[in-house]
Amino acid sequence: MARITVTVDGVTYEEEVEPRLLLVHLLRDRLGKTGTPIGCDTSNCGACTVMLDGTSVKSCSVLAVQADGCDVLTIEGLAEGDRWHPLQRAFHEEHALQCGYCTPGMIMAALDLLRDDPDPSDEAIRHGLEGNLCRCTGYSNIVRAVRRGAQTMSGDAEAVRGR
Amino acid sequence: MTEELDAGLVGRQIAESGMLGEPAPDRHEVGAARRRKEDARLVTGRTHWTDNHQLPGMLHVAFLRSPMAHARIVSVDTSAARGLPGVVAAFSGHDLAAEQGGLPCAWPVTEDIVLPEHPPMAVDMVRYPGEAVACVVATDRYRAADALEAIEIDYEPLPAVLDMTAALREDSAKVHEAGNRAYTWKYAEGDIDAAFRDAPVLIERTYVQQRLIPSAMEPRAVVAQSEGDHFTLYSATQIPHILRIMLAQVTGIPEHRLRVVAPDVGGGFGSKLQVTAEEVLVLLLARRLGKPVKWTESRSEGNLTVHHGRDQLQRVALAADADGRLRGLRVDLLADMGAYLMLVTPGIPILGAFMYNGIYKMDAYDFTCTGVFTTKMPTDAYRGAGRPEATFAIERLMDELAAELSLDPIEVRRRNWITHEEFPYTTIAGLTYDSGNYEAATEKALALFGYDKLRAEQSDRRDRRDPVQLGIGVSTYTEMCGLAPSRVLGSLSYGAGGWEHASVRMLPTGKVEVITGVSPHGQGHETAWSQIVADALGVPFEDISVLHGDTAISHKGMDTYGSRSLAVGGIAVVRACDKVKEKARHIAAHLLEASADDIEFDGGTFRVRGTDSGRTIQEVALAAFAAHDLPEGVEASLDSDATFDPENFSYPHGTHLCAVEVDTETGATKIRSYVAVDDIGKVVNPLIVAGQVHGGLAQGIAQALYEEAVYDAEGNLLTTTMADYLLPSAADLPEFVTDRTETPATSNPLGVKGVGEAGTIASTPAVVNAIVDALRPYGVHDVPMPCTPERIWRAVQGATS
Repeated sequence: MARITVTVDGVTYEEEVEPRLLLVHLLRDRLGKTGTPIGCDTSNCGACTVMLDGTSVKSCSVLAVQADGCDVLTIEGLAEGDRWHPLQRAFHEEHALQCGYCTPGMIMAALDLLRDDPDPSDEAIRHGLEGNLCRCTGYSNIVRAVRRGAQTMSGDAEAVRGR
Repeated sequence: MTEELDAGLVGRQIAESGMLGEPAPDRHEVGAARRRKEDARLVTGRTHWTDNHQLPGMLHVAFLRSPMAHARIVSVDTSAARGLPGVVAAFSGHDLAAEQGGLPCAWPVTEDIVLPEHPPMAVDMVRYPGEAVACVVATDRYRAADALEAIEIDYEPLPAVLDMTAALREDSAKVHEAGNRAYTWKYAEGDIDAAFRDAPVLIERTYVQQRLIPSAMEPRAVVAQSEGDHFTLYSATQIPHILRIMLAQVTGIPEHRLRVVAPDVGGGFGSKLQVTAEEVLVLLLARRLGKPVKWTESRSEGNLTVHHGRDQLQRVALAADADGRLRGLRVDLLADMGAYLMLVTPGIPILGAFMYNGIYKMDAYDFTCTGVFTTKMPTDAYRGAGRPEATFAIERLMDELAAELSLDPIEVRRRNWITHEEFPYTTIAGLTYDSGNYEAATEKALALFGYDKLRAEQSDRRDRRDPVQLGIGVSTYTEMCGLAPSRVLGSLSYGAGGWEHASVRMLPTGKVEVITGVSPHGQGHETAWSQIVADALGVPFEDISVLHGDTAISHKGMDTYGSRSLAVGGIAVVRACDKVKEKARHIAAHLLEASADDIEFDGGTFRVRGTDSGRTIQEVALAAFAAHDLPEGVEASLDSDATFDPENFSYPHGTHLCAVEVDTETGATKIRSYVAVDDIGKVVNPLIVAGQVHGGLAQGIAQALYEEAVYDAEGNLLTTTMADYLLPSAADLPEFVTDRTETPATSNPLGVKGVGEAGTIASTPAVVNAIVDALRPYGVHDVPMPCTPERIWRAVQGATS
């Protein structure tokens, strides 16, 4: 067992974990952060995407011990109370989700995409989200939502940081 | 007005506190692009997926799965596993044989169908790779998985049975003792021999509907717990109601002591329209161990053991006159059942039987389907379920006919389709299409697409011998959906009815709870049903909650599949609202000291005709709650429920046009534009409709270009991961142009038809037709699906060499 300290959505946790425990299982099973779902076991689908020290990772492909000393931001930490993050609002406004299972990962991946490219073309959005699969929407509305989110976030450093 | 009510102390408090709802502002909710109520929990991660459940003392089960397609189980030894830390129990199929029963098939399509026993856990034989052969129950999911490795199991391998044609030969290895033919189902209408005799044009083709893996983003998960002799089962299912009845039958747990909950469910597409082995086993384990038990599948487990879709061999022949008029259609199908008949496995290709004629008139039709057992995962419903396969065949054939006669594919369709004046029209397959306007949808699609301009560009590229050719694919589809009139299901030997149920509860504060028997898993029913009820009762959209998916709340329903939720379940909601209003009208009349015959209802208020005197529906609800002053013999409740059984299917239709650039040197394809004009009747929420069409298109296009479940020669599934089974990403799909025409359904008061499957049904042939169209100058007449670059390249090479 290893002792790790990890901050998730602003709360610091100290946990004893098996070295093999996946970050996503730490989040879901130990910390109750069930907003981050698991869609596959080969890191293809991206449903479990979170921010680890400001960079998006697929939390099924990160060990909990690798997150020791790190800051994790999940979908649950994105809104401030009832005030949704611009990307959350944009996904809602553009009907960019149906079952919503891929949505947390999609939003976190989109956030990372917009940090690198605050004003992406549709093509850049499509390629930027290639690692996140959605089975419901056909992606058209997701592309629109990311574009809308980008417009709203333009110049808003706090939104780009995710907090 | 409220203070005039004798509503008692609580009633006065409700009225004075401002809690009592008020009529909706005068607006029409039905037809508005309302943003979804569901989104609030989904975009913030406050969801209730089945795997989220953590219960005190919860145990986790992991299943050992057969690595072989077909084998006799010689021995299973779970003793070493049982001794490992954290392991509570381990069982083989033999251990559970006495109580596990058999998985149900609710659609035995013929009298003489072979219905093999289907043990949830294999006991003596495995018949497909991935079949559960043993399990470990442990204190956490890691330990359960670890302990699987300590189970000793000996198999005696048997030959895999993979090819349907070979499986039907006398010398084939048998999947079941009774042989590999599950059933043969026939339909015939008109004189088929006359239609084919001396026909000037005869088109014969064989198409392969490859096996698909539905791939809902949420893997299956089940949690079961016992509370004394009552049980609760949470499952990522589309069908909590059907599941409850079936689990009661399989396990012997009486129905009234079994509650089934479908919490937030992350997509289904038919794959969660099933009674699975794991649902049965998790429930049995919870009963046996007296502790909550959870199982969540991994994606690779899911690719192996979530039922698959499609997998048909279609031998089709079309006879036509020299001017392209259709004379007759022959369809001879082999449908791969896989190793067992699951919930509606045998019926899936039969749903297609009524759709091979599409939107066309013809003199004769002959359909035969043989269901074949193989040593593969059973097939069952996947988005469209039988209808995409049928639509593919007829729409491909119509393009082939056009090519044969050097006619434009639109023109050959125009010469054969049912014209809008001819509705209602009884088709050669025996269905009565109630309404439609194929001309209007096609005209709109052609204009949006810029058809003539693209044809000109195609011609130019052909003349230039451009290595990148342009193909244009047409698909003018219809489908039968809104499953289904119960009497029709009965005539097809289906195990239950096709009605749907709804309840409307008027709460004391005038807020409304709507309980629906359908079970959404991404569709947006909470929003759409709120829109319907807001208009029906005149209450604000925000004052309505829609409850579903828990048999303790919604006790009665037939769940969600077959694009039925709105066209059947939505109408049940309308009918329940009608009853609420009728009850309320009598109370309002009493409160207003008028005759009920003089009361009219508009915009949420009951008024005495010709006066300003009125009561809002909320005031009437409060009066019913207080019950201090009700008319003689009237019950103190406005709550109502209704069951709706449709008289007919509904028939969405539309015209889809696809332009594909095909690189003849590399086989690479690029969808340049895609136009979908769908006629789904009246629309409750255009935003949700567009989303359903987009998602449907993505799945249909994916069948055409990307997806295929592949078994190797030994019967191993090769596509067990998302790295091997290619689901399209955002980078793989085009932007869609969608639009609508609106011909209301005549079979229900909302005029709605259904939209869940339309995009999937229409798009696959549109894409393949476009690819073949691009390659016709090279002598290519077909490319098997999925049309990968390699297959396209081989088709070009094969035709030109």
